[in-house]
Amino acid sequence: MATATFRIWRGNKEGGKFQDYTTEVSEGMVVLDAVLRIQAEKANDLAVRWNCKAGKCGSCSAEINGIPKLMCMTRLSELSLDLPVIIEPMQSFPSIKDLVTDVSWNFEVKKKIKKFSPRKADASDGTWRMAQNDVNRVQEFRKCIECFLCQNVCHVLRDHHLHNEFIGPRFFVYSANLEMNPLDTQDRLEQLKDTQGIGYCNITKCCTKVCPESITITDNAIIPLKERVADEFYDPLKKLIRLFRKKK
Amino acid sequence: MSNTVIPLQRRKFAQTTRQDGWWIQPLAIFLGLSAFIVYANWAAFQGEHYHWGPYLSPFYSPELFGDSPHSMFGARPSWLPAWVSPALLILWAPAGFRLTCYYYRGAYYKSFWGDPPACAVGELRNGYRGENKLPLIMQNLHRYFLYLALIFLLVLAYDAWKGMWFKDAVTGEVSFGVGIGTLVLITNVCLLGGYTLGCHSLRHLVGGRLDEMSNSPVCQKAYSCVSCFNARHMLFAWLSLVWVAFSDVYIRLCSMGVLSDWRLF
Repeated sequence: MATATFRIWRGNKEGGKFQDYTTEVSEGMVVLDAVLRIQAEKANDLAVRWNCKAGKCGSCSAEINGIPKLMCMTRLSELSLDLPVIIEPMQSFPSIKDLVTDVSWNFEVKKKIKKFSPRKADASDGTWRMAQNDVNRVQEFRKCIECFLCQNVCHVLRDHHLHNEFIGPRFFVYSANLEMNPLDTQDRLEQLKDTQGIGYCNITKCCTKVCPESITITDNAIIPLKERVADEFYDPLKKLIRLFRKKK
Repeated sequence: MSNTVIPLQRRKFAQTTRQDGWWIQPLAIFLGLSAFIVYANWAAFQGEHYHWGPYLSPFYSPELFGDSPHSMFGARPSWLPAWVSPALLILWAPAGFRLTCYYYRGAYYKSFWGDPPACAVGELRNGYRGENKLPLIMQNLHRYFLYLALIFLLVLAYDAWKGMWFKDAVTGEVSFGVGIGTLVLITNVCLLGGYTLGCHSLRHLVGGRLDEMSNSPVCQKAYSCVSCFNARHMLFAWLSLVWVAFSDVYIRLCSMGVLSDWRLF
């Protein structure tokens, strides 16, 4: 059976180092299979978070050869096994141990986004009516599995550590899902501009590139939100029109 | 926002564990955009060889004041400094449209400013203000450049139409025809159309701003058309950029007598 070397980051929040492990690999294996084999055979104390092994739970996010990916969805056949495969934890979140990071910051951020607030029911039985075309647009955003790979690759969090001023692509997708929902009545634009830092996004599209669900994060969520914020706060003509409308 | 302190280490410039050629794309964009900027500036300052027969270089269109038959308001006024070519009077508008374009923003932030150099690659600078403060907050005015770009598109379409009417040098008679230059100008307006009609601000304007587009079938149709171009925005951004420079080169070479325009019929 063929073998391959995996250079895995071992450590915790105090620091750590890469350690090489060589293990047997076979056709059809994914990176997570190799990591679990190493954990079983060579490093019983290796910490790795995983759950579904089907690309749906978003638990096994890591960086494979420097690119944020789900370990369970990265086939070994996609990688060059001539060199050691580098596996490290996500860089935008604090390390807990080895490949496991503390992503709890994301859950705190989510709590602060204004919740879905539907208009009055359309029918007497308390139900609403929505056109399929209107639903289709936001449906894409609901594919998110919260793997936080987009948060990890975004340079505003990764390199500038602006966690206190910027909510990151995942939560722009979440906000877009609510903001564009035909039933929702909340206005999140001021929050997006002032406290959630949508102006920090400089459209690198890295979030879109790493999304395992292929959500067009930048073009379909972030830029439309930026345009809505521009409508509300940066368009002098629209401000003027609003002013005249108010006077009437 | 949460005020938690996230203990993270900052990576150095270009530090990454990526093993692919991550630097190739930003370098190619840097070279491509730099080449265009240098050529466009050179061509804009020339002030000559920008028209030939029925053709007008897109760098000089619309020609507000000038000595060519394409001039809209006649000869250049005496108060205009000699170094100001007809191109310099108008090029700020399409340049502003491209400068504030969402695609180009992402591209030049990476290639020129290294902010970041590529995805998951360490950055040069510590500080970062994004598009929150001056001058980059002005990028929000992209929609105004879009309005101008739509007018320019109509003007360039008219130029392509005029490029089909050739004047006989002897009799002065004007007749319909198609030359290579005509095809160059038609291609130019088509590619610029593909780029302009895929603009993110236009997508927002025609329907994206609405939560219930189903109430307005016209907006819904327009939104899906613009979305179709928008999905290929990068492609059209590059094709139109290259072709607009090529159109200028072609007309310039014809005007200088280096090339002779081949009349198809």
